[in-house]
Amino acid sequence: MDDPTVSSTAAPPLTGARKMPLRRAGSGAVGDRVFAALAYAAGMLVLVLLGGIILSLLIGGLPAFRAFGPHFLVDANWDPVQQQYGAAVPIYGTLITSVLALLIAVPLAFGIAFWLTELAPAWLRRPVGTAVELLAAVPSIIYGMWGFFMIVPFMSSYVQPFVIDGLADVPVLSDLFQGPPFGTGIATAALILAVMVIPFIAATMRDVFQTVPAVFKESAYGVGCTTWEVMRSIVIPYTRVSVMGGIMLGLGRALGETMAVTFVIGNTNRISPSLFGPGNTIASLVALEFPESPAGSLKLASLLALGFILFVISFIVLAISRLLLRPRAGA
Amino acid sequence: MSASTVNPVGSRGPARDPRVAAMLSRRRQRRNMVAAGLCMAATTVGLALLALILATLLWLGAGGVHWSVFAHSTRPPGSGGGLLNAIVGSLIQTGLGTVIGTPIGLLVGTYLSEYAGNSRLGGAVRFVSDVLLSAPSILIGLFVYAVLVNPFNGFSGIAGSVALAVIVIPIVVRTTEDMLRLIPVSLREAAVALGAPKWKSIVFVCYRAALDGIATGVLLAIARVAGETAPLLFTSLGNLNWSTSLTQPMASLPVTIYQYAGSAFDDWVQLAWVGALLITFGVLALNILARVVLRPRV
Repeated sequence: MDDPTVSSTAAPPLTGARKMPLRRAGSGAVGDRVFAALAYAAGMLVLVLLGGIILSLLIGGLPAFRAFGPHFLVDANWDPVQQQYGAAVPIYGTLITSVLALLIAVPLAFGIAFWLTELAPAWLRRPVGTAVELLAAVPSIIYGMWGFFMIVPFMSSYVQPFVIDGLADVPVLSDLFQGPPFGTGIATAALILAVMVIPFIAATMRDVFQTVPAVFKESAYGVGCTTWEVMRSIVIPYTRVSVMGGIMLGLGRALGETMAVTFVIGNTNRISPSLFGPGNTIASLVALEFPESPAGSLKLASLLALGFILFVISFIVLAISRLLLRPRAGA
Repeated sequence: MSASTVNPVGSRGPARDPRVAAMLSRRRQRRNMVAAGLCMAATTVGLALLALILATLLWLGAGGVHWSVFAHSTRPPGSGGGLLNAIVGSLIQTGLGTVIGTPIGLLVGTYLSEYAGNSRLGGAVRFVSDVLLSAPSILIGLFVYAVLVNPFNGFSGIAGSVALAVIVIPIVVRTTEDMLRLIPVSLREAAVALGAPKWKSIVFVCYRAALDGIATGVLLAIARVAGETAPLLFTSLGNLNWSTSLTQPMASLPVTIYQYAGSAFDDWVQLAWVGALLITFGVLALNILARVVLRPRV
């Protein structure tokens, strides 16, 4: 540790040429300061952006928060004629579609990640992994169109009549799956969302599965464990926290998804007890109602207030996901 | 990692009876086969979904690809018309958004990797950037609407570009920081030993060494914003006429698809499928290109 300081203080008398190094150091210092300032300013800009998003939504939504108070959160009305707006239905729709989507997506994503890390032959890992990642790259509007023209007719003519008839005599499930088979609705939206978040969750799971030290797995194989037992007893316990982080990341994606949901959810502002019933989410309601909301209207303020609520929900989810996915200090 | 979970035989101890042992072994093998089969099925489902989406796009979109799609702007239903204004609008806004967002993202990534270290402020910037990376894009659209559209009286192409730039920034930040961190300290030390100031060692040594990784990030960012619809609904709005003015509402492929797909006119729906085909294969091509660029590093 001492050597550099010694040599640097000793260097000038040795070289003798004091002027050149000094001037160079001077011009470099100006460039350094400018560059550092630029980098610092860019870093601060990111913080300002987040602050700007929060503030603009909050300020824009203030008239709605002021007009309706906390009641805004639990009011199920959305009545442009009476100028009465509430957030309960879209909040419910956002949460239920996202949670249902996760219920479908997590097992599939887990299967894909497990297959890619432990089971797949080496030459297939890369192409299949890339294909799954490409699923995440397909724009959400495409999922919306595909869902609207392919999945909705499929649901209304095959899945829904079958399920509604099949469960008609089962006490609780018949209420959950009832109503006319429109094809659109909460269940269809959840299905599309599931397809969209599978690649995100699968990619995260695959990455965290790969962090398990090989020696742990080899020890388990060494005592005669099957691949599944290694997965269950070594890989999952080791990566539990990060896997939860990946699931939360998928949830964060699902909560704010707009275009795909707008196409297939049916866009009705009431809470339907049936999962086949139509509904809406915060994002789909904002996208649909925005064109009919003139600047300065209470309706626009309500939409911005909804945006603020969505931001708070997804911020919390994404923050938890980041905390869980943080590389562990010890590893 | 208790013994009971590793060893399914449990507390009964090793099965000394060979028949019991064989039975237990068969059961464990069976369970393993079932798990493997289910995982394989899950992967097949994932791949089938991708194939199904691409097949649908080809099936419904390829038939409508015609020179007039690229030669005409959008027109009223039943009078021909193409997607030229939407394609050009998308190119302009995606290009401008990338041009605005990339240098900022590059600098933020540099700040995080070279200047912030493990400081609390750096941690905050990194965290916020990661949150922005996954934040709902519709909210970014609302933000730009509140900041650029509402006060300046109108939807505009520049507002759309800014919204896309906000999406580009965190993507570039992530790859830039990761790539700069991969560069060995010895390379930086070599630059400093030659008398290069820090900024020169970053720009001429580190950036150059990390170039393919950073390029990958930019390509992925372009692919991501090219398909964005929600933020453009509130910023550039869409425009059914030919317009390249940045201060006017501007058409874009995703917004046009959105408007046309929901319409009742067959020729508009057909054009929407063509647009969907174009944008999807464009985006996927960019993604594959990005992976090819990164390949030597992985």
